[in-house]
Amino acid sequence: MLEVKDLHVTIGNEVILKGLDLTVNAGEVHAIMGPNGAGKSTLSAVIAGKDGYEVTQGTILFEGQDVLEMAIEERARAGLLLGFQYPIEIPGVKNIYLLKAALNAQRAARGEGEIPAPEFMKLVREKSAEMKMDPSFLQRAVNEGFSGGEKKRNEILQMLVLQPKLAMLDEIDSGLDIDAMKVVADGVNSLRSADRAILLVTHYQRLLNHIVPDRVHVLVDGRIVKSGDKDLALELENRGYEWILEETVA
Amino acid sequence: MASEEMEQLVRREYKQGFVTDIESDTVPPGLDESTIAFISQKKGEPGWMLEWRLEAYHQWLKMTPPSWAHLEYPSIDYQAISYFSAPKKPEDRPQSLDEVDPKLLETYEKLGIPLHERAALAGVAVDAVFDSVSVTTTFKDKLHEAGVIFCSISEAIREYPELVRQYLGTVVPQADNYFAALNSAVFTDGSFVYVPEGVKCPMELSTYFRINAANTGQFERTLIVCDKRAQVSYLEGCTAPQRDENQLHAAVVELVALEDAYIKYSTVQNWYPGDENGKGGIYNFVTKRGDCRGDRSRISWTQVETGSAITWKYPSCMLRGKESVGEFYSVAVTNGRQQADTGTKMIHIGENTRSTIVAKGIAAGRSDQAYRGLVKIGPRARGARNYTQCDSLLIGDQCGAHTFPYQEIGNSTAIVEHEATTSKIADDQLFYCRARGIGEEDAVSMIVNGFCKDVFQELPMEFAVEAEALLNVTLEGSVG
Repeated sequence: MLEVKDLHVTIGNEVILKGLDLTVNAGEVHAIMGPNGAGKSTLSAVIAGKDGYEVTQGTILFEGQDVLEMAIEERARAGLLLGFQYPIEIPGVKNIYLLKAALNAQRAARGEGEIPAPEFMKLVREKSAEMKMDPSFLQRAVNEGFSGGEKKRNEILQMLVLQPKLAMLDEIDSGLDIDAMKVVADGVNSLRSADRAILLVTHYQRLLNHIVPDRVHVLVDGRIVKSGDKDLALELENRGYEWILEETVA
Repeated sequence: MASEEMEQLVRREYKQGFVTDIESDTVPPGLDESTIAFISQKKGEPGWMLEWRLEAYHQWLKMTPPSWAHLEYPSIDYQAISYFSAPKKPEDRPQSLDEVDPKLLETYEKLGIPLHERAALAGVAVDAVFDSVSVTTTFKDKLHEAGVIFCSISEAIREYPELVRQYLGTVVPQADNYFAALNSAVFTDGSFVYVPEGVKCPMELSTYFRINAANTGQFERTLIVCDKRAQVSYLEGCTAPQRDENQLHAAVVELVALEDAYIKYSTVQNWYPGDENGKGGIYNFVTKRGDCRGDRSRISWTQVETGSAITWKYPSCMLRGKESVGEFYSVAVTNGRQQADTGTKMIHIGENTRSTIVAKGIAAGRSDQAYRGLVKIGPRARGARNYTQCDSLLIGDQCGAHTFPYQEIGNSTAIVEHEATTSKIADDQLFYCRARGIGEEDAVSMIVNGFCKDVFQELPMEFAVEAEALLNVTLEGSVG
């Protein structure tokens, strides 16, 4: 579903990604781990289309389409959704309004009409309950006054409503206590399906106890230097990143 | 509204026998005593009104145009303006919608203006396009029943001279400022409203019903008086672009609220910004002031304005009565190369008065905006309270927003709060919306509307919907 080949990305004068390769197939859950500054967030930002990142070399294909040729909203409508590490507040814009606008944009791209109001309300209430969020939050402005945990749950809620083909979750567990993390993990797990792929960017192995990955990749210094299955994550937990760096250099 | 009826409305102002004269008169540009006498005569005014005008004129001659505003514009040649223009003859107007500027029609479409209103707004001289049901007549009957007077200022001067004389110029005196003096000398149109004691006006009064065909008054004078315990909601303007050949608009609006009265004055105005190069854009220099004369009286100004090349207005409240309340909710939008220096003045004079100011400015393109607000607490204004919030939103990096708040506090028991924010449409907010599949323009519009929400919810409902559409149309193409 997602094919990243030899990706080189620069921010300003700094080269962050130095030839990254990654293939993610439908039905799979991949985890990207690595030390700070390795480029984990850069990868998801570039795939989503954030400004300020220059792709100097390489390709990104999503279901065979050249992602780099697509505008941000086009990528999202094609089913490529990013779960933010630091979800921003948008004062005056209600959560429910944003959700509806996003869902209708997706439907329009698929040639479907706007979702009828009762159907939408039912969908949203259902998913809010799954994420253990009180429906009253829907009337609040996007992320305004939300705690860290609430913001992350809101990200997953949006995924549940928008049903992406590829969900890229950038450090979805950061700032969460155990209970919140479990709720988030349950939400992510409910997204699993044969048609869908999930890319988790994370620092901590602990999340991967709840969302068990099919593949684990280690991103060091702008490249994926090692890939393995879920046991690789456990090994990292025990040994840290040092041994991988040594292995890479050697 | 059928155009014959509109014609009738217009002709009524001149019913005292001047109809034919008016239609064939063209007044050359220039201003002197004879121009003023001519205007007064055309309007059939009593002697005292002419005297009042001339007093104002003489004051004006001694004054110089103010130059302190954060505005740049070429000086106006006051002798090059024509101070009296007759309404357009039917033959001179577009004969059908086909003859109307297509861009104008496009805007009507985007603003959701009902089809049957578009021709009227564009000044088309069409006979049987509209329903023959006379909306105006039903409207006037209802008001008559309630005892509310709502007519043009010219009609009021002739029909209700005592009332007009009692209140005219008591809120904005002739010599108040340069443009008010000019207006006092040469005003030719405007509204007069009087709501008797204890009466809640049964409907919102809209200038639409007082339209005088295709000519918007360049020097409008409006006077609204609510007697004790009376209430009225007045809507000025409409979202359809107001085209006008006259570049300078110097209106004066005076509001008087007696004991326990409430006047709500809402403006949604979209001045025609001229052609693509902004040529022909309007200069909007307005003096608007409300006098909370009676105890516990209340005046609210709510406005959404855009389009004029230059905007200079400070709807204000004099809080004289004890426990009187003044409110100001505003969204000022500038795009292209427009400039605005706007704000409000809340003058606390009586005891325990309250004022609220919520001013939102949105600047896009290469436009420039300034908020200028004065909160003045007089020495006898014990227990005065003010809350001010002024926020600016900048779209793009070529525009400017400035804030000049003034606080003059003469009583130690006053509480004055001021909050201000300036922000750029955060790239992060835009990215967040777009990463959810929402298109860029829709995202900007969502964020901007969220920004204006506090003001929009103060508008009468029909205006609120129009205001949102107006915002979207104004900001079209401002991103990227």
